Amino acid sequence: MIEVLSWIGQALILIGTFFYFLSTLGLIRMPDVYNRMQTSTKSATLGSLGVIIGVGLWAVGKGYSVSWISMTIIIAAFILLTNPISAHVLIKAAYEKGIPLWHGSVVDKYREFLEREEKERDAETQAASQAGTQGENDAGEVRT
Amino acid sequence: MEKRASTLSRYIYTVIVLFVIWLFFVSTLKLQEVLAGLAFSLIIAAFTYPVFTKAGLQNLHPKRVAYAIAYVPYFLWAMIMANLDVAYRVLHPKRPIRPGIVRCRTILKSDTGKLGLANSITLTPGTITLDVRGDDYFIHWIWVQDDVLNAEDEEASIKAASRYITQPFEKFLKVIFG
Amino acid sequence: MTPMYVYLLLIGIAVVLSMYRVFRGPTAVDRLVAVDIMTTLTVGMMVLYALYYGRMIYLSVALVYAVLAFAGVIAFARYLEGGI
Repeated sequence: MIEVLSWIGQALILIGTFFYFLSTLGLIRMPDVYNRMQTSTKSATLGSLGVIIGVGLWAVGKGYSVSWISMTIIIAAFILLTNPISAHVLIKAAYEKGIPLWHGSVVDKYREFLEREEKERDAETQAASQAGTQGENDAGEVRT
Repeated sequence: MEKRASTLSRYIYTVIVLFVIWLFFVSTLKLQEVLAGLAFSLIIAAFTYPVFTKAGLQNLHPKRVAYAIAYVPYFLWAMIMANLDVAYRVLHPKRPIRPGIVRCRTILKSDTGKLGLANSITLTPGTITLDVRGDDYFIHWIWVQDDVLNAEDEEASIKAASRYITQPFEKFLKVIFG
Repeated sequence: MTPMYVYLLLIGIAVVLSMYRVFRGPTAVDRLVAVDIMTTLTVGMMVLYALYYGRMIYLSVALVYAVLAFAGVIAFARYLEGGI
């Protein structure tokens, strides 16, 4: 009966390694850094879930204590929670660094938003500096 | 900015969460382990509760916990579907991608809920959260759908993108995080 | 234990394949993404090794490695962004 767990665990590990391969393949095939992140982060996270939970099940199937499962669940939950955060930080870094989108990209709403925000801020600072030059007080606090 | 719960309820909530994590970690019910974990949870929670939570014990409302448990299989299913989609895009010889950055809007109010939504978005079909400004999410999408691309104005495209990206999760996260 | 060798070999090949992007990647962020994926793969490998040796304490090593790799990737990304 308990051998069934070990077979399920091994199947999960195989599926996980398949997704690992998928993530590295995406890393190699995709044209720009954003699409690479798209394919690799998701597949690597699901692959880790498969491999790590699979190891827990396999260990119980082999007759080790049940605490393997709780420990592997902790590791899997940690990876599930932190991987999207590091993906988010990386993609933000790529955008802030000015790496251009792939030439086949169709729309970039973020650039439009940033440009509009920049324009509004320029208008505000201009208005503020004009007010500062006209009025006598509070001119020192306006940063241009 | 959401309202903070009372100090005591936040402290007790932190202790409970830390203690449950500890129980998972040692995965035994021996008296000495449980007592040590309880003592350290009480001490550590005294330092960390101001940054740990804002809502306090309200998070452990039975309805929220039930929705959180129901969210796990739903989310895992969405994640497996996302990965099969990614597998199709990677393995297809012509590489069918049409990337772009779109903007969509959420109805969630709390910061924790926004974080959970951003993480859920990042792990599911072809989308990565690039930035969050107030209620607006900027999302890199690997295959921008037609009705988002061909929308007449900004609002229509935001609405179309929200229907594809944020709304599948919001019905759960709205209850879980408030 | 033979299936174990197969799994470890498969993950090892995946790590080597992602090494291609570390060396080739046109920008620094490309390399960092590849390193991030490699750390995730390494955590999987460490968990498998823990089962190979049959010691539960090695799982803690994998957990600590995951924490440190996450912190390292965040720090490097903030540095590239110009935030530090």
